[in-house]
This record gives sequence, C-alpha cells and structure tokens, in this order.
Amino acid sequence: MAHLQFDLVSPERLLASVEASEVQIPGADGDLTAMPDHAPTITTLRPGILRVVHGGTTDEYIVSGGFAEITAGGVSVLAEKALPRAEVTQEVFDRLLDEANVAHETLKETFKNEPGPVDDAAKLLADMVAIGDHIGLSSRS
Amino acid sequence: MANLKVLKNRIASVKSTRKITKAMQMVAAAKLRRAQEAAEASRPYTERFNAVMGGLAASVGDSASAPKLLSGTGRDQTHLLVVLTAERGLCGGFNGNIAKLAKAHAQRLLAAGKTVKILTVGKKGRDALKRELSSHFVAHVDMTEVKRVGYENAQDIARDVLARFDGGEFDVATIFFSRFENVVTQHPTAQQIIPASFETDGDAGAATLYDYEPSEEAILADLLPRGVATALFSALLENAASEQGARMSAMDNATRNAGDMIDKLTIQYNRSRQAVITNELIEIISGAEAL
Repeated sequence: MAHLQFDLVSPERLLASVEASEVQIPGADGDLTAMPDHAPTITTLRPGILRVVHGGTTDEYIVSGGFAEITAGGVSVLAEKALPRAEVTQEVFDRLLDEANVAHETLKETFKNEPGPVDDAAKLLADMVAIGDHIGLSSRS
Repeated sequence: MANLKVLKNRIASVKSTRKITKAMQMVAAAKLRRAQEAAEASRPYTERFNAVMGGLAASVGDSASAPKLLSGTGRDQTHLLVVLTAERGLCGGFNGNIAKLAKAHAQRLLAAGKTVKILTVGKKGRDALKRELSSHFVAHVDMTEVKRVGYENAQDIARDVLARFDGGEFDVATIFFSRFENVVTQHPTAQQIIPASFETDGDAGAATLYDYEPSEEAILADLLPRGVATALFSALLENAASEQGARMSAMDNATRNAGDMIDKLTIQYNRSRQAVITNELIEIISGAEAL
C-alpha cells in the first residue's frame, strides 16, 4: 500500500515526520482526509485536531492557524501552534482559551465598526471551545 | 617601590578582567549553540512557507484584487524601518553595524524626500540611532525580559506593524538585522517585508497545480500577515545567533589582549624589581667602600 510522507512543522520546530497511510486535517472549510494520490491541495486550517494514521496507530495533534499542503506523495502541515494531544492538559488548554478570549476582546475594542476581524476571532474562540469538548476538557466559560 | 606596587595592582586587575571576558566568551559559546539550534529548527517552516507563498503570490500577484500586503499601497512615500538589535553591548560591532546600515538607509530615504519612521527592537539600536534620528522614532519593543526568542515575540511585533499598516501609517516596511553566517562573519541585512516579496525557485512554484480551499485570495489574505510574523521570527533568530557569535569572538579577542597585556606588564614589573634590587646593592656596596 502506498504511503504518505507526513510532516508537521511549527515555526519553532519540526514536530513530526513519519510515513502515514492517512491524515485527517481540520481544514477551514471542513475536515478532510488525505490519502495517497490525493489531488494537490492547499488549505488553511482552523483550530482543531489533526489525526495521523500510521502503521495501525493514530497520533493526534492539536493545531491552530496555518495551512496544509497536500500532494500525491505527502502532506505538510505548517501550523502556528501545534501540540501533541497528550501535552494538552487542562492547564495548557485554559491558557490557549485565554489567549483566544483576549484576542477576541481586544479586537472587539479596536474594530468597533468592522465586524470582519471580530467574527474571525469569535470563530476562533468557538473552535477552541469545540476542541475542548472533543477531548474532554472543560472550557469554564 | 611605589611604582612596583602600582604595577602589581595593575596586573591583578587585568587578570580579573581576563577572567571575566573568558567567562563571557564561554557563556556566549553555550548560548550560541542553542541559538543556532533554534535557528535551524525554524528553517523547515520558513522554507516551506516561502515556497507555498511564492507559488500563491505568482498566481495571484498581478491581479488587481491582490491584497495590499503583497502589491503595496501603490505609493512609497512613507517608510517604516524596523531595526532589530540586541539588548546588551559587549558584542563587538554587532549593534553598531546594524545601526549603521539602518542609518545609511534612513538618510538615503530622507535625502530623496521620503518620510521615515523607525521602530526599534532592542535597546542598543535605539541608543545608537537616538542622536540623529530620534525625531523619527515611532515605537520601541523591549526585549530585556525575553530569555529565549519565541514565535510569540515575533507575533507581537508583527501585530504592531500590521496595525500600523492597516492604519495607513506607512507604505513600505523594511527590517534590519544581522544574518548569521558563522562565528566570525555576520552580515547586516536589510529585508523588505511589506509589500512582501518571496524568493521562488522559478520552476518549483509553477510545477504543481494546486486546488485551493478556500479560494486563493482568501488563503493569501490569511497567510500574508503570518508571513510578516515568520519573516520577523527568522530575523530575530538570526539576530540572536549573530549576537552570540559576535560576542564570542569579541570576548575571545579581549581575552587574548588581556593575556598579552599581562605578559607585557609582568616583564615591566620584573625589570623594575630588578632595577630596585640593583639600586639597593649599589647603595650597600658604595656604602661599604666609603668606610
């Protein structure tokens, strides 16, 4: 069976580089699964869970912001924030959520008459909360 | 005798200076390694980011709907210079070289009748430019508290720069930093970040036809601000490595100079000690002969 070369990079380091059989990506327009010989695609990411299936095991990463480049032979995910699922504890999650909250509030202040950026931040916040529900961490607010 | 005492103190003080510079050199060497590792770890991201952006920019760049961050505002009247330097001195020509390049650039722009605004990151660059260009300063980012440069630092600066761009405060932004080549060579570099320009390998960008999700324009609009942060981040990392490299070689020189000085002073000390002894002997002998 054909394999995909999967790379996950954040600005600070290369998080993963494995041969995978499928990669599930939280795209901005909806989730998509990349398998070998996928049509070349570039998609932006929304905050969500990235799943990588390789050799029968599934790795999960929490990603936020950035984009994924899919080619027939591989997937490169360039995420601004990326953490292995296991590293996301309640504490880390709270911090991420706080950041999204603060961003939302400041944007509400600065762009009173332009809904665009505020809506984006609100969506980001909602996506973060959704991740929390998904992996069983409470989102307090 | 007074002269001997002075020399002895002098030697002792140079010796302790050498100890300090030696220690600083070793600290810089250790920090350099870490800074270099950080710079290398960030390279895959930057490279791929630029490759994708290059492809996108090439396909969207010419259309009228291209975002302003890519095509520019259509003017180049007001320039923002982002000068990235260190927070500390004692690193040879590192800060001075960056400041000099920025200053030359600013003066060239001013002579051409442009408006110049300066954003400084790091105390030393601000100090170096204060005397001649302080009227052009618009903001300063303090990095004293930052132990290790993270992507968040770059994002904060990028956010500030982008807010100013959206507010129409400037048309062109250029960053000044030092590109790390090796421990002895660092090149002060100017890089234009707004409007963005991406180095493409020519054929590599056009080779694959991608589907874009959402549209090309939407992706570009989403990624261009990130591009500013990415460019700043890699500049900050290069700068951090350059600073430590420059400090290491500066301190290596200082240590060697101190060693030379100690040798010279020691010879001088021994000579004058011998002179004192000879003098005393002459006095004793001539005293004995006089009897």
